[in-house]
Amino acid sequence: MSNDIEAIKDPGLPAHVHRQADLNPAAADRAERQVAILFGISALGTLLLIGSYIFIPQDKFLFIPLMGSQNIHQLGLGLGMAISLFFIGMGAIHWAKTLMPDTEVVAQRHEFRSSDSDRKDFVDAVRQGASSSGLGRRSLIKQSLGAALGLSALSPLLLLRDLGPLPKNNFQTTSWKTGTYLVTDPGNRRINASDLEVGAVAQVLPEITNPESRKLSDVGKDAVLLIRLRPGDFNLTPEKLAMTHDGIIAFSKICSHMGCAVALYEQQTKHLLCPCHQSTFDVTRGAKVIFGPAARPLPQLNISVDKEGFLIARQPFSEPVGPSFWERNSQ
Amino acid sequence: MKRISRYRRHKAAGPILLIIALLAIGTTFSVASATTAAQTTAVDRSALVQEGRQIFLKGCASCHGLNLEGGGIAPSLIGVGAASVDFQVGSGRMPLADMSAQAMRKAPLYDAAQTAALAAYVSSLAPGPEVPNDSMLNYERDGSTAAGGELFRNNCAMCHNFAGQGGALSQGKYAPTLMGVDPKYIYEAMITGPQSMPVFSNKTITPAEKLSIIKWVKSAESEPNLGGASLGRVGPVTEGLLGWILGLGVLIGVAVWLAMKAR
Repeated sequence: MSNDIEAIKDPGLPAHVHRQADLNPAAADRAERQVAILFGISALGTLLLIGSYIFIPQDKFLFIPLMGSQNIHQLGLGLGMAISLFFIGMGAIHWAKTLMPDTEVVAQRHEFRSSDSDRKDFVDAVRQGASSSGLGRRSLIKQSLGAALGLSALSPLLLLRDLGPLPKNNFQTTSWKTGTYLVTDPGNRRINASDLEVGAVAQVLPEITNPESRKLSDVGKDAVLLIRLRPGDFNLTPEKLAMTHDGIIAFSKICSHMGCAVALYEQQTKHLLCPCHQSTFDVTRGAKVIFGPAARPLPQLNISVDKEGFLIARQPFSEPVGPSFWERNSQ
Repeated sequence: MKRISRYRRHKAAGPILLIIALLAIGTTFSVASATTAAQTTAVDRSALVQEGRQIFLKGCASCHGLNLEGGGIAPSLIGVGAASVDFQVGSGRMPLADMSAQAMRKAPLYDAAQTAALAAYVSSLAPGPEVPNDSMLNYERDGSTAAGGELFRNNCAMCHNFAGQGGALSQGKYAPTLMGVDPKYIYEAMITGPQSMPVFSNKTITPAEKLSIIKWVKSAESEPNLGGASLGRVGPVTEGLLGWILGLGVLIGVAVWLAMKAR
C-alpha cells in the first residue's frame, strides 16, 4: 500500500473570457450609449425633483392606482431623488462591467514583517525622542502629566451615574391613597357610582390637586380601568368581592407582563385583552390570566363610595402594579 | 285691475303666473301638512309601534324571542333602547347574515322608516338610550378636535387603532374601522355598547366630549397622506412587510445584478 498521495495541482486561473465590448467595437459603442442613457435618466430624475419643487403646488393631490390619493409635490420630490441617485449608480456599474478593463490581475502578498533596518531605525527614533523630551530628568512634568492623565480617566466614571438613581420604592407605590377620589381621564371629574351603566367602562386616574402638573411617569403607574358588570356576574373570592362596589370593579391598567395599557375590554365575553402580547384577563374572576404570557392577574383596586356616592379608593394597591422587577416579591 | 289685465298677453305672463300658482300651492300644502302632523303624533306613534311590532315578529322574533326576551343565540332586547336598534339595524349589522364571530356592517335590510318603526317598538316596551337627533350631533360646532384626539387615544385607540382604522380582538372578533361611519352611528355605539364594545357613559364621557371624538375621527378621515402611501395606517406591520418584501426584494435583485459578469 502506498502512502503517496498525489498532490492536487494548482489549477490556476480559468481562461479569460472576453466580453462583447472587448471584441466588437460596435458592441463597445452600444455599451457606451447604454451608460449614457442611464446617466441621462438620472439627469431627468434630478430635473423632476427640481421641477416638482418649483412648479407643483404643495396641496395638489392625485389618485394613483394601488397607492391611493397622493400628494404629487412630495411624490415628485421622492421619485426624482430616487431616480437621480439610483441611475447614477446603475450607470457607473454598467460602465465598470462592460467597458472598464476586466482582465484578472494577480498581486502576490508581501511579508508583513518590516525589514531589519526599518525596525532598527524605528527603535532608534523612539529612544532619541524619549531622551530629548527630557522626561527622565524633569520629574515635575512627569508627575503632573501622570496626575492629569489619571484624573481624565475618572471622567467616564461620572457617566456611569446616569445608570441611576436607584428607583427606591417607586415601583412599589402609586398615587392611590386611602380615600383618593377616582376621576375621569381626561377630564379629571369625579365619578358617581350611578354614572356607570352595566357594561360601561371608564379610564380613571387618582384625583390630584393640580391636574395640569400630573406627570406621565405617574400616569404610567396610576392608570386604572373601571368596569361595571351585573353583580351576579362576579365569580370572586369574598375578599376580592369586598373590593368591588355594586358591580363596579377597578383594575390597574398596566399589564403585569410588560406594562402595556390593558384596555381592550370585550363587553360580551367580559375579557380584558392586552394589545401588545394578547394576554387575556377574565374580569369576572378578578382578572385571572386565561391566555397569553402574563403571569399574574392585574392588581385590583379596592373601591368604595363616599357619602354622596362618588367613587373613592378604600386603600392603595396591595401589590406593585405593572411588570415584574428584580426585587418584586412575586407571591 | 285694468292695468294688470293690459299685460295678459305679455310673453312673461305665463311663467310668472305659473310661479305664483306653484308658490301658493306649496305654501298651502306645507301649512296644512304641518297641522296634520302636529295633531296626529300620538296616533302615528302607536301606528309606528304596531308597524314595528309586525316587522319584529317577522324578522327578529325567531332569535330575540316574541317578547324581546332573547334566547340561546341572541341577547335580550329589553332596555336596549331605540339607539341600539337604530345602530344595529340601520348599519346593516342586524339581521345577521350568518353566525360568524361578529355581525358586520353591510347594506341595511330595512329602510329608514322600517328601522324607525322597529326602534319605536323596541323602546316602547322598555326605555333605553334614544336615537340622537341632528341638533345633538352638530360636532362641527360643539366638538373640539384636540380634545377629541386625547379622548380617542385614552378610550378608543386601544381597540380601534390610533388612526381609527380598526383592529383585531380575540377569536375572530374585531373592532371595525371608523372611517366613513355616519356620526350618528359613532354616537349610538358609544352610548349603547354594541357587541364587544363597552358602554361609554354620558357622565364619564359627556355628550360634548363624544362630539369631540366624532370631530377627531372625521378629521382623521379627511387627513391627507402627505408622507406617501398610508399602507392602511396600521403602523409598523404593513410598513415592515413592505420594507422586507419589496425593499429587500429590490436589494437582492440589485445584488444579483451587481455580481453578474457582463457578456
